[in-house]
Amino acid sequence: MSTVFDPGAEAARATGAILDDTLHGSSRGIVVDSPPGAGKSTLVVRAALELAAAGHPLMVIAQTNAQVDDLVVRLAEKDPELPVGRLHSSDSDPYDKVLDGLANVTKSAKAADLAGLDVVISTAAKWAHVKNVEPWGHAIVDEAYQMRSDALLAVAGLFERALFVGDPGQLDPFSIVGADQWAGLSYDPSASAVSTLLAHNPELPQHRLPVSWRLPASAAPLVSDAFYPYTPFRSGTDHGDRKLSFGVASDGSGPDRVLDEAAESGWGLLELPARHTPRTDPEAVRAVALVVRRLLDRGGVATSERADEPVPVTADRVAVGTAHRDQAAAVRAALAELGVTGVAVDTANRLQGREFDVTVVLHPLSGRPDATAFHLETGRLCVLASRHRHACVVVCREGVADLLDEHPSTEPVQLGVTVKFPDGWEANHAVLAHLAEHRVRWRP
Amino acid sequence: MSLITTLARLEAVDTGRAQPLATVRHRHLTDRPLVLVPLTTAGEAGAPLGALVGTDREAPRLLAVAQPRDRDLRFAFLAELAEAVLPHIEAYADVVEPAERNETDPATGKKTKVEVELCTDAGQLIVPSRAGVEFVRLLGRSMRFRRTAEDDPDTPYPAPARVPLLGRWLTHYGERARVPGSSLLLAATDLLNRHWATGQSSLEDQHLGALLSWIAPPAGSSGAEAALRAELARDGEGQLLCPPAGPATDPDFDNRLLAPAIERYDRARTALASAEDGLAADARLGELSGAEREIRSLLARVMLPTWDAVWRGLDLLRELPEGARAEDRWTRDRWSFTAHRDRVRSGEPPQPRRDDAVTAAQKLASRETAQAQLEAQEALDDPLVLAGRRLAGEAFLATVTDVEMTYTESKRPSPRPLVTVRTDERPHLSERTKVYRSLEGKPQTAEFVRAEEEPDQDGDVLLVLRILDRMGRGKEPAPGSVPGPGDRIAWTLFEHDQRGGPKLPDPEETPWTHGGPPGADAATRAEQPDPVTSEDLL
Amino acid sequence: MLATALGSPAPFGQSQFAFMRGNAFEAKVKADGGAELLRLLYERLGGSSPAPGPEAATPDLSAAGPEGRAARTALALREATAAGGWALLDHPMLALEVAGSPAYLEPDAVVVHPDGRWTVVEIKSFPMIDASADASKVGAAARQAAVYVLALERVAAVTEGAEVGQRVLLVCPKDFSNLPTASVVDVRKQCAVTRRQLTRLTRIEDIAAGLPEGTTFDPACPSEELDAAVAAVPPAYAPECLAACELAFHCRAKSRAEGAVETLGRSVRGELGGLTTVAGVLAAAAGKEGDPADPTVVALRRAAALRAEALESAAALRAGAREAASVPGAGTPEGAATCR
Repeated sequence: MSTVFDPGAEAARATGAILDDTLHGSSRGIVVDSPPGAGKSTLVVRAALELAAAGHPLMVIAQTNAQVDDLVVRLAEKDPELPVGRLHSSDSDPYDKVLDGLANVTKSAKAADLAGLDVVISTAAKWAHVKNVEPWGHAIVDEAYQMRSDALLAVAGLFERALFVGDPGQLDPFSIVGADQWAGLSYDPSASAVSTLLAHNPELPQHRLPVSWRLPASAAPLVSDAFYPYTPFRSGTDHGDRKLSFGVASDGSGPDRVLDEAAESGWGLLELPARHTPRTDPEAVRAVALVVRRLLDRGGVATSERADEPVPVTADRVAVGTAHRDQAAAVRAALAELGVTGVAVDTANRLQGREFDVTVVLHPLSGRPDATAFHLETGRLCVLASRHRHACVVVCREGVADLLDEHPSTEPVQLGVTVKFPDGWEANHAVLAHLAEHRVRWRP
Repeated sequence: MSLITTLARLEAVDTGRAQPLATVRHRHLTDRPLVLVPLTTAGEAGAPLGALVGTDREAPRLLAVAQPRDRDLRFAFLAELAEAVLPHIEAYADVVEPAERNETDPATGKKTKVEVELCTDAGQLIVPSRAGVEFVRLLGRSMRFRRTAEDDPDTPYPAPARVPLLGRWLTHYGERARVPGSSLLLAATDLLNRHWATGQSSLEDQHLGALLSWIAPPAGSSGAEAALRAELARDGEGQLLCPPAGPATDPDFDNRLLAPAIERYDRARTALASAEDGLAADARLGELSGAEREIRSLLARVMLPTWDAVWRGLDLLRELPEGARAEDRWTRDRWSFTAHRDRVRSGEPPQPRRDDAVTAAQKLASRETAQAQLEAQEALDDPLVLAGRRLAGEAFLATVTDVEMTYTESKRPSPRPLVTVRTDERPHLSERTKVYRSLEGKPQTAEFVRAEEEPDQDGDVLLVLRILDRMGRGKEPAPGSVPGPGDRIAWTLFEHDQRGGPKLPDPEETPWTHGGPPGADAATRAEQPDPVTSEDLL
Repeated sequence: MLATALGSPAPFGQSQFAFMRGNAFEAKVKADGGAELLRLLYERLGGSSPAPGPEAATPDLSAAGPEGRAARTALALREATAAGGWALLDHPMLALEVAGSPAYLEPDAVVVHPDGRWTVVEIKSFPMIDASADASKVGAAARQAAVYVLALERVAAVTEGAEVGQRVLLVCPKDFSNLPTASVVDVRKQCAVTRRQLTRLTRIEDIAAGLPEGTTFDPACPSEELDAAVAAVPPAYAPECLAACELAFHCRAKSRAEGAVETLGRSVRGELGGLTTVAGVLAAAAGKEGDPADPTVVALRRAAALRAEALESAAALRAGAREAASVPGAGTPEGAATCR
């Protein structure tokens, strides 16, 4: 006997349970794991509004100023009357100017100026400097897996109970100095805030958003298997719910063929001949730019559950992801040369949390003679492979599988550290094996 | 590894000798460092085998354990080590200068300046390699919880009087060595590797003998040849000509020379114990001390080359002039040294086995600050380090071509001069990116305004920067505070000084997310000595 | 052996002190029918099973040859699982197919729980000090244990009621003593990696088929013949090999003679793109060779120029500071013998 999976109902059930725990539960903390595109931001906004409506003053802790400003805007969209405080730093340009147009938002560099507002939002770094205030009854910690344990230590005295929301599969927080001496300690300051929280409070309710609304049915199983093997999730849409098509037929070139493959199957691998290259491999960079150019030229349109009519895939719905900043700069230059503007080109770190229709990824190991821990980091590949709603094209030199075989995983193991995530080496192989089924070989 | 470092390594391969990675010395060296060359017993944690220690390169003190599994001999070794090391440290603890420190009054929360003592210098400890630093930590950990007969008359195996104190000092040195740029405890290999690039990999650079071979090869030999000899050459007995710098020994030394010698020692000891009369005892005592002498001389033989190598390394380093800001970092080391002195004097318990949540977070934050500070200071002190930052687009050299005065639009206008500079470099600038230059040793801030569209035929671009601070209080900038046309200036995109992080809660205020305040029993539990096993002698 | 015959002996071997200490420790852990080992295991992985007592089974696993011992082990595992009590298998023998040939593996111990779970036990002689241990050594132990887990899974698949635990028990000396302590290590990651490696492993026959006919690795052969034989296998030397393989010094010598940049470390290659030799890189940096449109060549030339400029300015500064000083490079004393 098999039951039909109803993603909407599953997701609603999970959200309902989370809100119930948040508003009526007795535990001091609630942890919510959210895979890519599972509606984390929607959840945070909804929880904030319901807490405020129930008369609970709330502080919200996010990790970057961009995340804070984004949340402020989303809250104002949902409830333009809600009094929101934006606590900011005393640097120049401390917040997005969009906030100046929102009547419900008060901005200040001093927490005291924002006292009494329903919701006060800031970054963890800014909150850490707030002292001598009455603690808030409730807090929401957003992107909690990207927050370091020591950052939580600095702010945890400001609230009595908190909802921690984040994606365990993204890039882990890091420190610029060694922190091995604390590995295995429950409060290792370089670990994620969530791992410390759960190590000390294992009884806290832990929820999981079970459905990715972003990733299409073609992508969710791969991303779930490769990066979330112990906490699987499903796609909210089914095969055939989404469609990517082109107004202009293929010219038979590599970029066009890989675009067709990606439109058909959700994945495309444009494989260039094996060669050891510098990071800014000119051929690969140009191939990435060409794929983007052809995607726009061929009049890509996306059909999805979001709109009744097919929507053109414009430059702002496309992103290019790279591992290094100099690669992103090289791709930007190549795109400018081809006359393409408006496409987001960035590193995995900066693409975290963002969503596009189509992504073009320069594979972190393409052309590399070696596979370092940085390039094998699971979170990096996970971010790059999980930003798209329709299709993801990966540009890569041939030979990465052999490269991986030459660099077998020899990760050190610290006693007492909980295994949260698959091995980067294995995840890379898993993704490559899948991509190989959607390969277009091309000699530029 | 930056491309500049890679090039230096390749040049070293090509020329057969190490190439400079720095033009100044980035670590402070005191006039009288204490050098410690330790050896440990294979397969056993913290079972010392021997050591050479001292401040006089001509007269190292030899410490040896004839039977490393004998607890009494091990304690005797540690007691002797304490006598060799502690007087050196204590000599610095008593020479002080007055200094001021900011302290927060716990009652009012106000910051006040307090007059305190600061040791004018601190004892510096040099070991051969990173493994040596790790061994210092291990020794510190194994000793600091020991109980002496004075601490506790009932303790089953009392440690010699000064051993726990040595454990506390070595723990402090080992912990301080984790702070980037600190110089209280240094490994000779790290020091040399910071300043020279060899023609081998960083893994092979951990071998002190091979490393020195590249930096100062013997006449008529290339670095590669000399390094290979240092790694592999053996004498007629199959012993390495250049033994490992420790604390681990070469297995062939253990098996062929040391093990038989220890066996002879054990036999002599058994024989002495079973001696039936005074005459026999005298003879057997002679055999025993002969066996002990043999072990001492074996150990001296494998440690002396390393001892010499460390001193030769220090000679090489002293030929480099010290970087201007290394002194600043050494002052921090002196503060750290003084603070530990004060903790010992005030009778505080030994450092706990593992840090509590707040201490761990504080240490991590201060080390991250120190790391950023070190990177900035080294670049400011050394054009070769700056070159690496320039290559990475994090700094640039530029010539001032034009200065235009502008002012803030406020009641009391302040100067905001626009400085146009010419450069052929391509720093990673975007609008309002802050850049810094050193003005009389202190940073001056400017922000990037715009760049000229296209580079000229020489590849030069013109960049416009707005100076933001350090120009005095008046409407017109203080003399010398604004650069003039023709000035060639190094600008950095990184800050020269580091702000400290936020204040963390006191350990008693540890929040529930991090386990809450440590229980009342935590402090007493941490002090418990390790359980002793009756089977140290297998 | 092979390395010595080739003229590049590697500094390998084990100190008899470490060897004796390791054996003594393992004997201590397994003394009294493994009572102490079972106690440690029960404390950390016991679950809801009753505590093991003196009745725990310690089956005799001796048999002729590895195949026989593996069969004997499989039988003992089946019997112990069916019996539903605690059992300690001391040095069992497991078989795993690697690249088409069976490999025989001997874990330190496997414990059968009353509920049918099998746990791999690794006994190591490096210490756990204040509940932490050398991470690279723990990592190596975890990878080793993962192979045992996979091999056990083959047996468990045909054993009623058996399940192999992916959490293994690592037993080490505690602090500075020789008392045992233990820690549970989750080897799910290592198992996944090993599983993938086994499926990807180039079959040994494939390598053998690619070798010239008559190739031999017998150390009794003359040195030149051996050289040729080893050269026929594609090497991928990197400095990490020095710690792991007895042939590494030989590979290093070859790699250096070829001027391969990998001899300086794998990471060096990362920025050098298609340039693979020391001479090639230096020629490109000096502007003598290389395509000026290649970003690697551009970066190299810029790095070389910046480096030269910095060294010149520093030298000028020092020449100014000390009048008579002409200090090229580091100014190291000539002829300092490295080891006397």
